[in-house]
Amino acid sequence: MKQETTVKGSNALAAVRDAAISALISLGLFLPLVGFETIVNIRNELTLDTRWPLLFTMVALVFVGRLAYSLFAAPRLAQRKQHAAAAPAWLGTIGKWFVPFAIGFVIVYPVLVLSTAGFGGALKWVDNFGIQILIYVMLGWGLNIVVGLAGLLDLGYVAFYAVGAYSYALLAKEFGFSFWLLLPLAGIMASFWGVLLGFPVLRLRGDYLAIVTLAFGEIIRVVLINWVDFTNGYAGISGIPRPTFFGIPFTAGDDGFAATFGLEFSPIYRTIFLYYVILALAFLTAFVTVRLRRLPVGRAWEALREDEVACRSLGVNTTNTKLTAFSIGAMFGGFAGSFFAARQGFISPESFTFIESATIVAIVVLGGMGSQIGVAVAAVVMIGGTEIMRELNFLRQIFGESFDPTQYRMLIFGFAMVVIMVFRPRGFVSTRQPTVFLKERKTISSDLVGEGHG
Amino acid sequence: MEVFLQQLINGITLGSIYGLIAIGYTMVFGIIGMVNFAHGDVFMVSTFVALIAFLFITTWIGVPSIAVALLLVLLVAMLFTSLVNWAIERLAYRPLRGSFRLAPLISAIGMSIFLSNFVQVTQGPRNKAIPPMVQGDMVLFSQNGYNVTLSLKQAIIWGVTAILLVAFWYLVAKTRLGRAQRACEQDQKMAALVGVNVDQTISITFIIAAALAAVAGTLYLTYYGVVNFADGFVPGVKAFTAAVLGGIGSLPGAVIGGLLIGLIETFWSAYFSIDYKDVAAFSVLAITLIFLPQGLFGRPDVEKV
Repeated sequence: MKQETTVKGSNALAAVRDAAISALISLGLFLPLVGFETIVNIRNELTLDTRWPLLFTMVALVFVGRLAYSLFAAPRLAQRKQHAAAAPAWLGTIGKWFVPFAIGFVIVYPVLVLSTAGFGGALKWVDNFGIQILIYVMLGWGLNIVVGLAGLLDLGYVAFYAVGAYSYALLAKEFGFSFWLLLPLAGIMASFWGVLLGFPVLRLRGDYLAIVTLAFGEIIRVVLINWVDFTNGYAGISGIPRPTFFGIPFTAGDDGFAATFGLEFSPIYRTIFLYYVILALAFLTAFVTVRLRRLPVGRAWEALREDEVACRSLGVNTTNTKLTAFSIGAMFGGFAGSFFAARQGFISPESFTFIESATIVAIVVLGGMGSQIGVAVAAVVMIGGTEIMRELNFLRQIFGESFDPTQYRMLIFGFAMVVIMVFRPRGFVSTRQPTVFLKERKTISSDLVGEGHG
Repeated sequence: MEVFLQQLINGITLGSIYGLIAIGYTMVFGIIGMVNFAHGDVFMVSTFVALIAFLFITTWIGVPSIAVALLLVLLVAMLFTSLVNWAIERLAYRPLRGSFRLAPLISAIGMSIFLSNFVQVTQGPRNKAIPPMVQGDMVLFSQNGYNVTLSLKQAIIWGVTAILLVAFWYLVAKTRLGRAQRACEQDQKMAALVGVNVDQTISITFIIAAALAAVAGTLYLTYYGVVNFADGFVPGVKAFTAAVLGGIGSLPGAVIGGLLIGLIETFWSAYFSIDYKDVAAFSVLAITLIFLPQGLFGRPDVEKV
């Protein structure tokens, strides 16, 4: 009994010491960048100001956080590890009902929002949350073919998104083709570029492949910026024709959508229409992926992901397998891009930076590579989360008027990427359902999934 | 001819900076086989630390000579940047060692986004400019009224780079620490069996990488006098290109690759188009990886089943 208390006492002492060391290290880390602030004064010179209170608050937070972690969280985590948690049964039941429920929810979502928030308030919720998230869900599913199924880490996916967007914008403006004609065309263009950029990188693998695709993505962006005659450079392209409801434009005029159907004009109709377009496109992506996984090419992708050498020695044509993955993934990127251009009515190279690619890759990886539900959940969490940051106005009352929560979006995003990788390197949904099975479908735990080196 | 010589001087200066960053990439790749995507942003953090140290020393303390100030700034930047990189390795990479192959890369991308936004939030999004620290130049050569000059700044950059490279070479080739490092590069398990502290060696590798990036950062600040939170990505990719061009894992390769990239970029800007100078560097990266994946001095990657 007595022994136990002394053990506990020394534990507490060790925890305090540990927390003190962490605090000291964080003091060193934060001292230059948080402790000092560079300010331009009236004479336009750079001067230094101090922010000691902020610095010490942060250090104190680290101290308290570390102490709480080692006293309370760490023992519990260790305990949990010992009784390796078998997934409770109710999780399986939820899993079974989750997909139909989610599909039903996204279909009725605009109606739900309309009935609760009214015509004025619904616009933001359908546009910023519905459409914005669905674009990323679709991009995530498209990239999932390349990264999740074929195991080729592509850090330049945004290039295909850009190709789709610029194809639609330029062709629609120059020739006045309709959205429905240009949508497949943009997909074909993007998939052509996918093959073109896929060819040179066939021999590369892993990190190298990632970096070269990144370089390609950046090259396309720099070209978009500098080829002013063609793309109008930084200024971007504005006045891109908006999609119509099978020929009926969403305008306030007499031949507009509202007038034709005898409704009062409101911008919400266009938004809701766009919502269903992107929803249909996203479902198309998911459906095609699910079907492709059962075709020989889909099986070849997954085999390639697990082990490229074994794949080749079994006679799989890795060149074709990789190129199809690149081109089909790129095609969906192109669809999403042309939808993006049609929705915004304005595009510029600013929308196609590396951060976008990193965001999409993060969604795929955090969702659990290859899992479509995981990717969708990750997109909702990451994009919905960063959009919600815009809405947190009450924080301003706590931290003062100058506090702008949107500034912290990417900061938290980057931090979340690291934290999720450290704690769940396999992503949210880390189990894999085998597509090919002998008698019964067994769920493969993430611990058992071997990683190929392809 | 005069323009060529002048561009050669400028290119070597830029190349020295890239070379110093490239060593960080190549060392980390050599020892744990990961592309430390955040290294460019560590370099950017070091430019800010150097800026703050410079302002602190000149306006708050005041030192007699600029040389002393510069040396102090260099030391402070090296110290704090090393601490940052050490912490990054401990928090974001070490838990992922032995995890699946792409995990550290994704974690590093997250870290890169975090670092640049952290600096943006704490120091503001605008460019930070300081008055030139060192002035004066030396006319090397004059023809047709065109002077080929080597500025004092450039001379400092060449000198500091050369001294550090010699010191660094000594460290890796001649000391116990360097031996431990090379042992870990070849086989971590075996190195651990013969008594090398692998974790510590990896930590020290990250510290050295950061220290060299901090030297590059201080020199960058001295040379350009302007820093920005977004200035980590492009120099980072270029330095990575340098490391790949020289053969990733090869230390002399990184330096030579850095010089080559610096020269290619400068000549491309001078003779072709300054708008497309980033395209030149990125194309070199793609072309090298596709046609010469082992680089100029690297060992070919042998595939074992």
